[in-house]
Amino acid sequence: MTARAAAFLALPGALLVLGLFILPALSVFPTALTDWEFGKRNLSFVGFDNFAELAADARFRAALSNTLLYTAVITPLTVALGLAIAMAIDGAGRLKPLYRTAHFLPVVATMAAMSVAWEAVLHPSFGLLNNLLAVFGAPRRNWLQDEALVLPTLMAIGVWKNLGFAVIMFLAGLQAMPRELVDAAAIDGAVRPLDRLRVLTLPVLSPVTAFVTVVTAKQGLEVFDSVAVLTRGGPGQASEVLLHLLYTESFKSLRAGYGSAIVVVLLVLMLGLVLTHRALDGRRVGA
Amino acid sequence: MTARLVRHGFLLATTLAVASPFVWMLLLSAMPPELSAQGAISLAIDPAAAAANYRAALTQTPLPRYLLNGAIVCVAALASQIFFGAPLAFALAKGDFPGRRWLLALVLMALLIPSEVLAVPLFFICYRLGVLDTYAGIVLPSLISPTAVFLLYQVFRAIPDELVDAARLDGLSARTIVWRLMVPLSTPTLAAITILTVVGRWNDLFWPTIAVTSPELMPPPLGIVAFRDEEAGTSYGPLMAAAAITTAPLILAFLAVQRRFIDSFTRVL
Repeated sequence: MTARAAAFLALPGALLVLGLFILPALSVFPTALTDWEFGKRNLSFVGFDNFAELAADARFRAALSNTLLYTAVITPLTVALGLAIAMAIDGAGRLKPLYRTAHFLPVVATMAAMSVAWEAVLHPSFGLLNNLLAVFGAPRRNWLQDEALVLPTLMAIGVWKNLGFAVIMFLAGLQAMPRELVDAAAIDGAVRPLDRLRVLTLPVLSPVTAFVTVVTAKQGLEVFDSVAVLTRGGPGQASEVLLHLLYTESFKSLRAGYGSAIVVVLLVLMLGLVLTHRALDGRRVGA
Repeated sequence: MTARLVRHGFLLATTLAVASPFVWMLLLSAMPPELSAQGAISLAIDPAAAAANYRAALTQTPLPRYLLNGAIVCVAALASQIFFGAPLAFALAKGDFPGRRWLLALVLMALLIPSEVLAVPLFFICYRLGVLDTYAGIVLPSLISPTAVFLLYQVFRAIPDELVDAARLDGLSARTIVWRLMVPLSTPTLAAITILTVVGRWNDLFWPTIAVTSPELMPPPLGIVAFRDEEAGTSYGPLMAAAAITTAPLILAFLAVQRRFIDSFTRVL
């Protein structure tokens, strides 16, 4: 294939990658330094005013801290529970495929529709959860309207959604574990389950763990569907998150410059995530 | 024995917890309206009520239209991603042209950009092109998928050069080699791309929320939210039926070809 023919083949796709991904992503940075609003013909350079305004905005501060807290809670929970479930499934014999299928369902299910289903589960009067709690004599609660409960409730839904991915990743890792290693560990005296976990399973799975951690944390930083459908950031700002704030600022209030500043914050958080992953990866290879 | 009991007890508990919203949705979708309006619960499924609820969801709301919109968006996005992605992936895998390494680096960078980051500029592009609130606007951000390009690039690279050279000696053009040789040899990867794209597009709420306002154009996630906002607690049965119908296509597809789904998701996400 001549260089010309190859370049010609690549051109349409390359232009789309450039026009729909690279250039738009780069444009966010200069846009964040302007007071641009959608529909306005002129804009002016305002330096870091948008970021100063963000720092002073109580709603943004709530969104940032809620998003970080949400991510910091669902990530370790999803990873630990995912690993525990995968290890249990790995030795579950004939029922293995059934368990795996059941745990993976939320990954494929339409989150907007399942949020509507969750709303019914959490309904104060006829929800499944309150009815179950009533059986045990526990008080009924308004899970989505209570400022103290709303974020933990959304976190539980987040774990529910992301768990299946962790389970199948860990299962794949466990199945790839070399038989000789298992035998060697047994010869070395690591027979008790906790010892095996410490000297064998965790070290061998560490690349999978790092990957699942990063993917889950990314999902945490990107949480939107459940918040948009169930709480719209409320009550008050108790469940406001970055993407929902971006949606209301950029596309309801049309403040594109201000919205871009929120995007820059999100990008910095994600970059931190990628760098952490690389650092962890490097440490493992070096060890 | 105890170990087995603990293992299966634990898995039974987590399975029930994971399944609960699905089960509750299905139960409520099969409940007569008087009962759900009173807030009473009955665990008995009433076939007549179920039929009425599902009929109401399909006839008294634009749900069939939402489902059709979802299918249109999925098919259009997938077709475009293969149409533009395969030649690009082939050129990157087997071609030698100035800037090839740079282009590959750009594709890898694009792979890492979270889609929400692009929402503000893409909204502006759609506005300037005049495609906001059209099918074109919904599909525009998905016209190419860096993930698809990368997966195809990997599989094309593994196809022996001799095969490509032999095809060239037979007088086939580069474009014919892409569509007649490379793409047919990559069916597992095409299946993975299909699954990832369809799951992603069918379920996406964020971009349609921004780009669509007309009910006739809403994909299923946006439609179900619009339905929820309209019903005032009186048509819980039909709402749950609509949620179940929206979720059903992907769940059924997953149950039918589980291995392929799981392979696709473990390859990339």
